[in-house]
Amino acid sequence: MRNQADFWKQGLVYGSLVALSIIFLLPFLWLVSTSFKTDKQILVYPPVWIPHPFQWKNYANGLTAVPFGLYLRNTLLICAANVVGTVLSSSLVAYGLSRIPWRGREVLFYLFIGTMLLPPQVTMVPVFTIFKNLGWLDTYLPLTFPSFLASAFNVFLLRQFFRTIPNELTEAARIDGASEWDNYRLIVLPLAKPALWTIGLFAFIGAWNDYLGPLIYLFDDRKYTLSLGLAMFKTQYSAEWGQMMAVSTVVTLPLIILFFFTQRTFVRGITMTGLKG
Amino acid sequence: MTRTEWKQIGKGLAFCSPWLIGFMVFTLIPVVLSLYYSVCDYSLLQPPAYIGGANYHELLDDPIFRKSLTNTLLYAIIALPAGLMVSLGLALLLNVKVAGQTFYRTVIFLPSLVPTVASAMLWMWLFNAKLGLINTVLDWLPFRLLIAGINAILGLVHLPQIETPIGWLTNPAWALPALAFMSFWGVGHTVVIYLAGLQDVPSELLESAEIDGAGMTRRLWHVTLPMLSPVIFFNLIMAIIGTLQVFAIPYIMTGGGPARATYFFTMYLYDNAFRYLKMGYASAMAWIQLLIILALTAIAFWSSRKWVYYQGK
Repeated sequence: MRNQADFWKQGLVYGSLVALSIIFLLPFLWLVSTSFKTDKQILVYPPVWIPHPFQWKNYANGLTAVPFGLYLRNTLLICAANVVGTVLSSSLVAYGLSRIPWRGREVLFYLFIGTMLLPPQVTMVPVFTIFKNLGWLDTYLPLTFPSFLASAFNVFLLRQFFRTIPNELTEAARIDGASEWDNYRLIVLPLAKPALWTIGLFAFIGAWNDYLGPLIYLFDDRKYTLSLGLAMFKTQYSAEWGQMMAVSTVVTLPLIILFFFTQRTFVRGITMTGLKG
Repeated sequence: MTRTEWKQIGKGLAFCSPWLIGFMVFTLIPVVLSLYYSVCDYSLLQPPAYIGGANYHELLDDPIFRKSLTNTLLYAIIALPAGLMVSLGLALLLNVKVAGQTFYRTVIFLPSLVPTVASAMLWMWLFNAKLGLINTVLDWLPFRLLIAGINAILGLVHLPQIETPIGWLTNPAWALPALAFMSFWGVGHTVVIYLAGLQDVPSELLESAEIDGAGMTRRLWHVTLPMLSPVIFFNLIMAIIGTLQVFAIPYIMTGGGPARATYFFTMYLYDNAFRYLKMGYASAMAWIQLLIILALTAIAFWSSRKWVYYQGK
């Protein structure tokens, strides 16, 4: 009896997993399949899954309708600055909040965490006016400079990681005359590489996906990022489903590929922020 | 304090200096400025002029503000609890040891990787009334029968019928539920957090419950869920903050329409600030948003004493 119940349970689990996987994957198949269809075939009802004739024209047209190469370059530039800025500044601050014992450290840490609860909308308008007064509107500085001043989320994540590095290592170096800067650079950073990769990866994805930031700060369409450029593409070519799906595929693919190469780093990042607090 | 203590403080502050500067420039000063702007008439072109509580007063009588607020709350009511349950259900299922587990986990996670703009465009196409995949599926016989059945019941209680094909993004009645439904596709992130939490549920507890004769449902209710409650709580707080700020997806997909049915709080705030240049008015909105988020978070914290169980306490 028991085995039979187990058999049905197993079957139910497998059935649900397969059904859910299909539901979650279908939008992807629909995306890719549409991107290879001719305009005529897109209008066929009921829709067919296999494009026939199979054609790359949507990719060629979609990627030339907007200056895609330029937007890619702009986006990568912003992404790179964000990765460098985030890793440098967050690791410095996390070191100060975890490896150096000093009075007032805990107070500062809780103040830090408190800022995470503040919705960005509250500071959106004044930050805009600050950047305007600095003459930074329509430049990449508002989209990159803040990352060099650390963000609560990343510092929190790194601090948790730095605390797992044994104190004896830095203590021994200190006795040998190493400064905090030496300890940071030569002991903690090399040991924290996995965590640094994680926040770097998240900074990259965050900058790649950001829509509101470029929307507020960039006016000249030569300076647009991929996200903003795509959204503009949508307003101009809203009926060109084949091309829209082609460009969507192109911006999604790098992240999927990145994910398959960095799966562990990824999952660690998400779980470290969510738990182990 | 001794000299060494002062030295330590100096070192600590030096390492924290990027954030201290960032905190001043991007948090402290903006918060003070925002509070000041909220009691000013400020169009960016002229310096802010103090007008007292007029912005807040005007907001109370602003029908668009009320519409954007009710839309946002409605969206949260639909998307938030359902989203938490969908992701918890998926995590429980993905935690069962089966062959191909990694594959299923990857599949559920993948959609949360799709960039905002790309997923907005994809779902516009999926929701397309005439040619979209969703209405194509609903056109299959079992679903047609289901809709006919629902319509029969709706007819009995004199409610409006469901008209097919459904204009997901063009019919004001469907647009908001459609966006909520779409949000379930991107729950992968939350699922991963739940899955990590499930690894920390002590297996001894589950085993002893099983030996004592507790079935699957009882083990879930009396062991797994209580042990997982801190994680559920964390996800709840994150979801409150996230859903109340919903912006990019509806802004790209519907622009707030049709008939302002998906015009959300943050969109109105953005429009006030950067389209109508009513910076003071937008700042007042931001403070109201902050108060709402704080109130809901406080309620969640207060209720958590009754349902969140912390191990080792």
